[in-house]
Amino acid sequence: MSWLSKVRNSLSSLAKRDTPDNLWMKCPSCGEMLFAKDFEANLSVCPHCQHHGRIATQARFDLLLDPGYAILATPRVPENPLNFRDTKKYPDRLKAARAANPYPDALTNAFGTVDGCKAVLGVQDFRFMGGSMGMAVGEAFVAGVERAIAESCAYVICTAAGGARMQEGILSLMQMPKTTVATRRLAAAGLPYIVVLTDPTTGGVTASYAMLGDVQIAEPGALIGFAGQRVIQDTIREKLPDGFQRAEYLHAHGMVDMVVHRKDLKTTLATLLGYLERKEVA
Amino acid sequence: MISFLDFEKPIAELEARIVELRATADGSDLDIEAEIQKLEKKSAGMLAATYARLSPWQKTQVARHPQRPHFVDYIRLAFTDFVPLGGDRLYGEDAAIIGGLAKLDGRKVMVIGHEKGHDTASRIKHNFGMAKPEGYRKAIRLMEMASKFGLPVVTLVDTAGAFPGVEAEERGQAEAIARSTEACLALKVPMVAAIVGEGGSGGAVAIASANKVLMLEHAVYSVISPEGASSILWRTPDKAADAATAMKVTAQDLLDLAVIDGIVPEPTGGAHRDPARTARALADALGRELAGLEGVAPADILRQREERFLAIGAL
Repeated sequence: MSWLSKVRNSLSSLAKRDTPDNLWMKCPSCGEMLFAKDFEANLSVCPHCQHHGRIATQARFDLLLDPGYAILATPRVPENPLNFRDTKKYPDRLKAARAANPYPDALTNAFGTVDGCKAVLGVQDFRFMGGSMGMAVGEAFVAGVERAIAESCAYVICTAAGGARMQEGILSLMQMPKTTVATRRLAAAGLPYIVVLTDPTTGGVTASYAMLGDVQIAEPGALIGFAGQRVIQDTIREKLPDGFQRAEYLHAHGMVDMVVHRKDLKTTLATLLGYLERKEVA
Repeated sequence: MISFLDFEKPIAELEARIVELRATADGSDLDIEAEIQKLEKKSAGMLAATYARLSPWQKTQVARHPQRPHFVDYIRLAFTDFVPLGGDRLYGEDAAIIGGLAKLDGRKVMVIGHEKGHDTASRIKHNFGMAKPEGYRKAIRLMEMASKFGLPVVTLVDTAGAFPGVEAEERGQAEAIARSTEACLALKVPMVAAIVGEGGSGGAVAIASANKVLMLEHAVYSVISPEGASSILWRTPDKAADAATAMKVTAQDLLDLAVIDGIVPEPTGGAHRDPARTARALADALGRELAGLEGVAPADILRQREERFLAIGAL
């Protein structure tokens, strides 16, 4: 922070000015100046380079579900069972994340229709503690799948996470097998599981439910991988290949079925859901 | 010759003094003999006291001790008639995960585990126990074979984590781990996992999603290494000890959290001071868990395993 903005932020009359700094923004990919409202209207995709910005849960629901969907309650879980603190107490980090976000944790489900096809849609929000998977995310995932089984419809998840939530230690790691129990039950019920990998999806989330879809879709340019790039670079001490761990790279290596532009995501999902509808097998 | 860890320095000094005295004694000097005996008793006392209250970070160091017994030692000491089975039939043979048919006190099992290696050459061969996708895909193949032939699965977990490398990512490290975890959960036969050294994150859970999970007394199991947590959460490499404590990585903590089902005692001073005794204790514990799961209907085996993981984090 420069001395000027420090002074400015300390003066409430100045800080509250009604000319927000975010009227204009710079595309993080091509550097083009964009009118923020236009960018949002364009689904947070840069009209110049097609860079896909990260979007919040609500925007994702509105993008993929028909109007009239119902947001499902986030299941409650034990909070801070490890009594964890790093430089801050974990409950303080949670409190801050909740103050800045509309939902109580990083994964929220909604039940509705995608162009008329019934589905439960889970959305992971990177803004909530990096989308990290703790017990609340694991429990919400299981609840979303259970609702899909009850409704006899698909479960669609839009993933976004740095990985497991370290503040929950081993309990976050245990969400990997836990969510996998859920995907297995969905499969046993003969219902489709579709994963939409959004930027970024890494670590324990990728190494569990994010890679187990019947169909794997990725948004253009999304970072998707198991290990972090810095860790890999420190291990191999070589330059990483161009486009490494990006959606297109995963597609070229056979790890996802398709890379789909955000504007086409809903129709793609609807088409897939139409094909994968549950049929009673005699 | 045991290599001593930093926190064992006082014991190392005593041991060195004993060796020195032995060298000067010719067996006739009773005073020296008495002194040696006194020091040996003191050293043993210090060792027992130190290991009775190891900090989580010290346990991490014990779990990574270069002389700690690994998969190949347990195969030799706790199992018989081992028939190694290699390859994933897709890409290659990954020596970071070894598996095969074996007998545990006469009971036929499929045994799978990480191997870290014990010297430079073997560590490179086994990639320090850091498996690539082909390692996990081999584990999947062997688990499916075990299910087909009704053999219980025993896994010995000992890895810093899955290998973080370009080719591992290209070949689908995340998918391989996810599918391996899924394969554990799909088993219609009993599965017992034992964390014998380091249980490092997804690379461990991929072969540890079992009906029963045991840990050796000084093993550690965590979502990220203490060093990794230190650099991410504290933004410094120096807080590994604090991170180990905060994350609750020890067998004792994880038993309290109901993440594991039992602790296998290690000899005083850690597994590396008596691998044979450690292996015996491990074989006994594994045998007990397998016996407890014998005769349970396959559907119930599957359900018990599912409920075990569904319960973690539920109110």
